[in-house]
Amino acid sequence: MAEWKFTAKDFAQIPERFSPGHRACAGCGPAIVMRLIMKAARGPVIATNATGCMEVVSTIYPYTAWKVPWIHTAFENVAANAAGIDAALKALKRKGRLKYEHVDVIAFGGDGGTYDIGIQALSGAAERGHDFLYVLYDNEAYMNTGIQRSGGTPLGAWTTTSPAGRVIPGKTQRKKPIADIMVAHEIPYVATASVSEWKDLVLKARKGMEVEGPAFLHVLAPCPRGWRHDTSKTIEIARLAVDTCIFPLWEADNGEYKLSSRSKVIAAKPEMKKPVEEYLKTQGRFRHLFKPENKHIIEEIQKEVDRRWQKLLKLCGIA
Amino acid sequence: MSPEYKGWKEIPIAGVCWLPSTEYKTGDWRTYKPVWDSEKCVRCMLCHIFCPEGAIKWNSETDEMEFDYDFCKGCGICANECPKDAIEMVLEGKE
Amino acid sequence: MAKVEQKVLPLSGDEAVAYAVKQCDVDVVAAYPITPQTIIVERFSEYVANGEVDTEFVCVESEHSALTCCLTAAATGARVFTATASAGLALMHEILGVTSGCRAPVVMAIVNRALSAPINIHCDHSDSMAERDMGWIHIYAENSQEAYDSIIQAFKIAEHPEILLPTLVGLDGFVLSHTLENVNVLPDETVKNFVGERKFPLVKNHEGKMVPFKLDPENPVTIGPLDLYDYYFEHKRQQEEAMKKAYDVIKRVHEEYAELSGRRYGNGLVEPYRLEDAEIATVCLGSTAGTVKAIVDELREKGVKVGLLRIRVFRPLPMEDIVKWLSDKKAVAVMDRACSFGGIGGPLFHEIRHVLYDSPGRPPVVNYIYGLGGRDTPPNLIRQVYQELQKIAETKRIEQLVKFIGLRE
Repeated sequence: MAEWKFTAKDFAQIPERFSPGHRACAGCGPAIVMRLIMKAARGPVIATNATGCMEVVSTIYPYTAWKVPWIHTAFENVAANAAGIDAALKALKRKGRLKYEHVDVIAFGGDGGTYDIGIQALSGAAERGHDFLYVLYDNEAYMNTGIQRSGGTPLGAWTTTSPAGRVIPGKTQRKKPIADIMVAHEIPYVATASVSEWKDLVLKARKGMEVEGPAFLHVLAPCPRGWRHDTSKTIEIARLAVDTCIFPLWEADNGEYKLSSRSKVIAAKPEMKKPVEEYLKTQGRFRHLFKPENKHIIEEIQKEVDRRWQKLLKLCGIA
Repeated sequence: MSPEYKGWKEIPIAGVCWLPSTEYKTGDWRTYKPVWDSEKCVRCMLCHIFCPEGAIKWNSETDEMEFDYDFCKGCGICANECPKDAIEMVLEGKE
Repeated sequence: MAKVEQKVLPLSGDEAVAYAVKQCDVDVVAAYPITPQTIIVERFSEYVANGEVDTEFVCVESEHSALTCCLTAAATGARVFTATASAGLALMHEILGVTSGCRAPVVMAIVNRALSAPINIHCDHSDSMAERDMGWIHIYAENSQEAYDSIIQAFKIAEHPEILLPTLVGLDGFVLSHTLENVNVLPDETVKNFVGERKFPLVKNHEGKMVPFKLDPENPVTIGPLDLYDYYFEHKRQQEEAMKKAYDVIKRVHEEYAELSGRRYGNGLVEPYRLEDAEIATVCLGSTAGTVKAIVDELREKGVKVGLLRIRVFRPLPMEDIVKWLSDKKAVAVMDRACSFGGIGGPLFHEIRHVLYDSPGRPPVVNYIYGLGGRDTPPNLIRQVYQELQKIAETKRIEQLVKFIGLRE
């Protein structure tokens, strides 16, 4: 992460670049991510969003919450947006027509626009080595269109297109390991973050901006409406995701994995790792798993989490 | 709250937005309102950090946490995260 | 301005396009290969690799991303170009509308090729005709020389501060793209001065300031918001207004360029060929016009009063010029190298007939669908068209409104 030293009070005095007055739901996790990451900007920024919750709530014409230059084009191409901006900045700089030393390009995509429809553009932009930070704000479903499942929806979760029915109890597929896929692209920096560990998130975002070349930041951002929890619990639930190792926090500098924040602590003190049930019981989207006939799915989830956690520990050179 | 509707000749091209979101007050969305206790507060800044709206500011001169009720949607994250229970969610109108 | 000295180079249509782009000081080219456009991107890559141009060349992973990159690069202030054909254009379709809506002056060469299925790599106009309504300016070239000239003009038209509409230049796949022609090219300096530097009109941003229309941290703008039913309609009306203004800009740019090059294509919008006293006329787009002109000459030798109206600019549709040249004709045949299935004829036919409906003469207009999927269009086909037109003019009766010619029954 970045070598940026600041206190909470320093951070509080940084101006908001993602303004209030946006139309996100009360308690929206992704909105917190937008605010924090825009505060982490180190200089001139051009931002771009994929179609999705954050794009819609922040730019309902004629209002805009963005204090930086911003463009939205379509759903599946925010990485291509960033690539085009990066190419223009490079060309203009080379021809002496850019008045800035450097401009950071930040692309924001939801899990829908990243895991599924957006992965082609993301993969292409990563392969070509454009200089941009891609932030995936993961609320684990196509929330803006009404909570439909995406490649980022976890195993067992209820969504409107993977409902908990009599025959099929929620999503039967596992969550696509998108961050590992990006590490496999061999880009300079990949990291996971949770909206609950704000300083870790901010430092990783800053690092992503500083790195030359593509950087990918996967942020877990709970959605009270889609996950079916009280609006006040957003941060608490994000923290539980980390503490159960359902969403471990790590970064990969040129492919070298390293644990961070609470996940690092848990690796050193395994007794602090909480059982997945503690996380699942907080959200209505997992409620059906607590029926006797579905209890085996909770066990399956625990096994999956443990497997991926062990795999991560190995990649980090621990265990 | 909608601005008076303009014709096609009066608005910028390409859908360029001409009003900041701060002109749209979302404060009337809430049911519960955060009430801040200055004595209990240790100025950790977590409420400011975690507010999805950015409706809580720290005034560095007066050392007070300022709640902008024009935008607060009453989600309760600030109250839930406050380590000192310095924020209480009170039913709007009953504070 | 005096006519400048030009050198003659043997270039194929694709090469001529690449050469024109090279001379226009383009900042970003984002493209994906597809037959028969491949020579454009290949030749341009060579220019980049040899340092003959200072352009950021992005080899994107799909045509959809190609146009996206061009769009955002243009929004950031760069001069951009891309090229595609057929399925590539179809894949980009979504973004064509976005590009026009975001008023990004992208210039795109379309090497006209048939759409699938079955897959076909040869010439017809179905690809760009499917994009008629997307808010782009359409220019169709008859030969590689015109393709070269039109690309250069396209930058000036698209980037005009009152227009800011993306512009496509169509050239027939293989017929023009891969055939060598002697192309007169202007000197580099002349082209550079002609296209000049991009200018940015001012727009009102969310800070209430009038700022240049581009993504600039100093003067931020938000482009591409969510419109509800209260403003979308007005934004679309703005695009239509730009189309209305385009007629004059296109004619002026054409004239300005003509003074340098010595070459004119009618008035820039339409090219009438021996129409002044013609009694019957055909209408067509692109390279077929070359064959038609030859037959027109042949028939004129025999004393038959025939002519051709070649449509150069299809969007915006030059209604005034079409009415002016065709209203008084005894019969008109519109030749379509595309078919609108179930639409009673091809797209060009629909437009020409609609425009002539209210004209004083209201001539009988018939449609010939030809050349789909690269089906050869030999002179005999054109002779047949004029023969049938003569019959219609004499009998004042249309036996068949829409005909497929060159088709094996």
